[in-house]
Amino acid sequence: MAKQLLKGNQAIALAAVQAGVDAFFGYPFTPQNEVPEYLSYYLPQAGKVFLQAESEVAAINMVYGAAGAGKRVMTSSSSVGIALKQEGISYIAGAELPCLIVSVMRGGPGLGGIQPSQADYYQATRGGGNGDYHVIVLAPESIQETIDLIKEGFDIADIYRNPVMILIDGLIGQMMESVDLDKPVKKRALPSKDFATIGTAYHTGRNVVNSLYLDPASLEKHNLELQAKYEKVRQNEVAFELIDMENAEYVIVAYGSSSRIARSAMLMLKAQGIHVGMIRPISLWPFPHQAFKQIPQTCKGILVVEMSLGQMIDDVEIANQGRFPIAFYGRTGGIVIDPVEIKDAILHYEKWVRHHD
Amino acid sequence: MIKYDKTKGLTDKKTHYCPGCTHGILHKVVAEVLEEMKLLDHTVGIASVGCSVYAYDYFNCDMQQAPHGRACAVATGVKRVLPDRVVFTYQGDGDLASIGIAETIHAANRGENITVIFANNAIYGMTGGQMAPTTLQGQKTTTSMLGRDSKTQGFPIKVCEMLSQLDGPAYIERVTLTSPQAIKKAKASIKKAFTYQQEGRGFTLIEVLSTCPVNWGMSPVEAMTWVNEEMTKVFPLGIFKDVHHD
Repeated sequence: MAKQLLKGNQAIALAAVQAGVDAFFGYPFTPQNEVPEYLSYYLPQAGKVFLQAESEVAAINMVYGAAGAGKRVMTSSSSVGIALKQEGISYIAGAELPCLIVSVMRGGPGLGGIQPSQADYYQATRGGGNGDYHVIVLAPESIQETIDLIKEGFDIADIYRNPVMILIDGLIGQMMESVDLDKPVKKRALPSKDFATIGTAYHTGRNVVNSLYLDPASLEKHNLELQAKYEKVRQNEVAFELIDMENAEYVIVAYGSSSRIARSAMLMLKAQGIHVGMIRPISLWPFPHQAFKQIPQTCKGILVVEMSLGQMIDDVEIANQGRFPIAFYGRTGGIVIDPVEIKDAILHYEKWVRHHD
Repeated sequence: MIKYDKTKGLTDKKTHYCPGCTHGILHKVVAEVLEEMKLLDHTVGIASVGCSVYAYDYFNCDMQQAPHGRACAVATGVKRVLPDRVVFTYQGDGDLASIGIAETIHAANRGENITVIFANNAIYGMTGGQMAPTTLQGQKTTTSMLGRDSKTQGFPIKVCEMLSQLDGPAYIERVTLTSPQAIKKAKASIKKAFTYQQEGRGFTLIEVLSTCPVNWGMSPVEAMTWVNEEMTKVFPLGIFKDVHHD
């Protein structure tokens, strides 16, 4: 199909339909309401399930049930709503079920605001639910990439039987861009869903979807198996982009909307003769530690840019292993960073360096 | 000669239930109904959190274990994507009527075509006998040691009465298991609920007044008597909603 102009949230809905989503369960939450709105129109016409749940908690548990029944399932929400879903996300990870969660970040904490933010990096990558588990988190910076990662995300969820989160902010959800919905994505071999509770007439044995292991030895074994799976995810699913890294004097690390804004700042600095490169993490968990090995010796320092007061910077510190100075520039509360601010942060780099002593 | 066979609706796993607790009887009744209706291999059961958490080990069909209070939401997820399968939840009063009351009410109100087996024993059994939403006035529990006082702890919540006000439910009845006759009646009610589900009539719920001798501090016989003499005063038996007769 030819390119078309689409709003981010509508593109999410269309990409999910294209990816063959069987069911959507959600609850209204600004700034992502167009996702359920469009799906309430598309899915019933395709003979698929759309259900507006009574709460975020109910929605994620409906996802749990339908995922356990072997279907391709998703939900979407925003910051506070994702906070409410954490119990269910932990269960889904614990019971090893696949699902896709779209998280459109707004300002916090608490009810916060409804403007774009990246203050839920910890929520997404550390998880607000209980236990030793991980959610695979993918952070696109454009609407096209959002479409592509939704399609890939469903497959990744199926392969690892684990929740996959598409983490964007209100800016990507609300803006319009020219996109190609039919752009091919990586083809992956998907495992059969032989775990599904569909009635014993349809499979051998008896299937049980469960995360309870009262015997500590069994629970430790289960957790070690989960960790082995996460190690495979770390080996296979790291995604990042390196931009203008060769001979870079400074390297920006930014994802999502912040990376797009940083691209403009890089061009301004280039015009002033300052060469700045960028590491753009696409998978936030697993974090692209290996990208940091490619920072050239010409680098005088790293600048982490986030629409928060510094969350991903923790992962950058771990990945950097003390090699280069690390500075941070961020705005929060729903303020979108101006490229000029990033340019100035590079020009006055020392001012923004974070010291730990 | 009458030959007794254990129902195929239950696995061979020994249950962990305390002596005198009615969960065992209720499991058997539900399992027998599913077996007699030839539904076992087309059924997905949802276990909840509480004493019946291990129901997934006991019912001989596909099972999911739901987070505390979320059984009706999980059942909704299963039923919506597998509308031709039988889906039931098995929940206690803490799970269904306290932490999961929103999921219960909304599943009922949507007329979700699922069957809820609600074991109400007026106490939190698994966690050690704390006050439940269904605990009677004056009833002593480990978190109402002076007896439940409505001034500060509210009133026992009447699930059947409340849900029967909604348009979604197809069948709502409250029963006991305190005598062979009562068990027979409860079994017929549960069968009716599953039949309604098979007929696509919508949400069905059978509340079963249940015993917890250990946490009530009674013998099994005393507990049965307490159900008949005290619980039924607050939770009267009967059919609260039946679309077939409305």
